[in-house]
Amino acid sequence: MKLNRRVFIGTGAAAAASVLSAPMVHGAAHGRPKVVVVGGGAGGATAARYLAKDSKGEIDVTLIEPTRSYYTCFFSNLYIGGFREADSLAHSYGTLASQYGINVVHDWAVGIDRDARTVALAGGGSVPYDRLILSPGIDFVDGAVAGWDLSAQNKMPHAYKGGSQMELLKAQIEAMPQGGTFAMVAPPNPYRCPPGPYERVSMVAHLLKNTNPTAKIIVADPKPKFSKMGLFQEGWADNYAGMVDWIGSDFGGANVEVDPEAMTVSIDGEVTKVDACNVIPAMKAGRICEMAGITEGNWAPVSGHTMQSRMDENIHVLGDATNQGDMPKSGFSANSQAKVAAMAVRGALTGSKVFPAKFSNTCWSLIDTDNGVKVGATYEATDEKIAKVDGFISATGEDAALRKATYEESIGWYSGITSDMFG
Amino acid sequence: MRRGLKAAALAALLLSGAALHAEETAVPLGDAENGAKIFRTCSGCHQVGPSAKNRTGPLLNGIFGAPAGAIEGFFYSKALKRAAAEGLVWDYEYLDAYIENPKALVSGTRMSFRGIKDEQDRHDVLAYLRRFSDDPANIPEAEPTAQAVEVALAPEILAIVGDRDYGEYLANECLTCHQSSGSDQGIPSITRWPEEDFVIAMHAYKQKLRPHPVMQMMASRLSDEEIAALAVYFKELE
Ligand SMILES: Cc1cc2nc3c(=O)[nH]c(=O)nc-3n(C[C@H](O)[C@H](O)[C@H](O)COP(=O)(O)OP(=O)(O)OC[C@H]3O[C@@H](n4cnc5c(N)ncnc54)[C@H](O)[C@@H]3O)c2cc1C
Repeated sequence: MKLNRRVFIGTGAAAAASVLSAPMVHGAAHGRPKVVVVGGGAGGATAARYLAKDSKGEIDVTLIEPTRSYYTCFFSNLYIGGFREADSLAHSYGTLASQYGINVVHDWAVGIDRDARTVALAGGGSVPYDRLILSPGIDFVDGAVAGWDLSAQNKMPHAYKGGSQMELLKAQIEAMPQGGTFAMVAPPNPYRCPPGPYERVSMVAHLLKNTNPTAKIIVADPKPKFSKMGLFQEGWADNYAGMVDWIGSDFGGANVEVDPEAMTVSIDGEVTKVDACNVIPAMKAGRICEMAGITEGNWAPVSGHTMQSRMDENIHVLGDATNQGDMPKSGFSANSQAKVAAMAVRGALTGSKVFPAKFSNTCWSLIDTDNGVKVGATYEATDEKIAKVDGFISATGEDAALRKATYEESIGWYSGITSDMFG
Repeated sequence: MRRGLKAAALAALLLSGAALHAEETAVPLGDAENGAKIFRTCSGCHQVGPSAKNRTGPLLNGIFGAPAGAIEGFFYSKALKRAAAEGLVWDYEYLDAYIENPKALVSGTRMSFRGIKDEQDRHDVLAYLRRFSDDPANIPEAEPTAQAVEVALAPEILAIVGDRDYGEYLANECLTCHQSSGSDQGIPSITRWPEEDFVIAMHAYKQKLRPHPVMQMMASRLSDEEIAALAVYFKELE
């Protein structure tokens, strides 16, 4: 059965499109159609909220998310830099439950039975669905960085999933001795938030410049270049002269081994003793996607028209976990994809109008106080992928007023997207 | 009194029944000519003069001494309605405080303006605005402030009637940054904009006459119908 279905869905967009015009197949059988959303982050919270809001009670929406407070990864670098309080990054699910009538279940999804259409919960029991939306974010690829695994995450934090890891990393940086060394092992493509590691370097430099100005920052990078590279390198030279040593793959940055016990990092054979170390390993789709059997390689392939899994028409996947085409893995992208998926799901289950998918993304990064930059693009769905239409990036050498306005805009965006997610 | 003495004296003077011309007042209100220049910043949202209409902000004829939230036909924010219910009257003092920092006096309005920090500049603008208030009664209203026409749009484009449902879908994309609540921190509010202003602004971005790169990009892929659909949606957004 599973095999057949895969073959059938493998025909791609044509199959997906026919699903849209066949509403209420399952909904009618047992009252209101049921949508289960796994993961209450940028993709999942937005999808749940839009489904509940726009279906005006016609769809029964359940959101499964283990944590009671979602700590955004976005702006967590600003927390390291001292521009945000940790509390300001936390958001609760209260309004989604009380105002939108979403059934919020604080638990882990631990299995998906695609034939029975149920999601098994860690706490026992299972939840049935007509459509399932998965937005579980990322997990790390085992063995991606030699010498590091999850058991080392307290010595060498990844700080790439928000919350306590961020606080741990900041505390370790603050505890560095004067003139000490901070190292970062940057991830290979594709990964969550392409400018994220480099914004982090800027924020660590900002923190150290004030408290530990003789400290050094080493970045071992498996890539030869990175997002907004010109802007970041200009910013580092202007604001943190002599502090940041970025070692790209052309200079051995890919040849890395860490020793969390000894607190050493070996880059292309050269061993350095470090005082704090941020290891950001290679990433893959959140594990639940693999358990559902909808991944190919590390990611879950989806159709850009509807965000439906290419392997199961009843599952939509959002955000970082997907392989969709040209969009970067960002909160903005996940939010944008969630709205397309919510519209498609609502159309399929209630017969509401479905419009052609449109997507957009903008990623702001802070380099130093009042020095913000951004990169963004718009996208459309083709049968093969989500394809880039148009884009822009901040220029090097922009004046201070523009950089400040860009930073202020990013603060506005943060309140905008978090209220779009959580109501 | 709540604020500076000078302001209080001015307010008393203005509200006294004496039908004085502005030029005859003992305490000069400010330089209205300079005020007219400064008002250009305000004129994106507010009009004054005989043909003034409510735009993004209410028209400002007769604002001196008027109760807050009372300009006919303007849809006020909840915050401003609340302030009006509490008895806010736009006397000199309050106008001065409001334009110094709109958020400090009434938080949560849609007045997306940082405020005028310079005291003399505020006096100048108020002196200019004062020309459009007829209390005392005998000051003729001046010509309307020239509205900068950003883009000349064919009447057919302005006449397109947008599809609200389509606008609601397209607006999803706007709402990631522009909050529906009308908050305008860092990013301006577009909630309840007059349709025509919305259409003109979007076409100005589309034609790259307004500089913001994100908005240029967003607008560049919207058709005339899509812009009209968004305009209808945002005009009615609660
Ligand atoms: C340092 C840093 C800076 C960033 N800055 C930006 C930025 O400025 N702008 C931007 O747009 N993006 C930024 N991002 C990226 C952004 O955080 C992610 O792209 C975004 O969160 C992805 O959304 P998502 O829904 O795919 O996953 P997430 O937001 O990670 O949500 C996944 C949720 O699923 C839950 N979950 C996982 N597995 C299960 C399960 N089995 N059962 C139930 N629940 C589960 C998790 O608890 C989590 O809450 C940044 C990321 C980092 C690390």
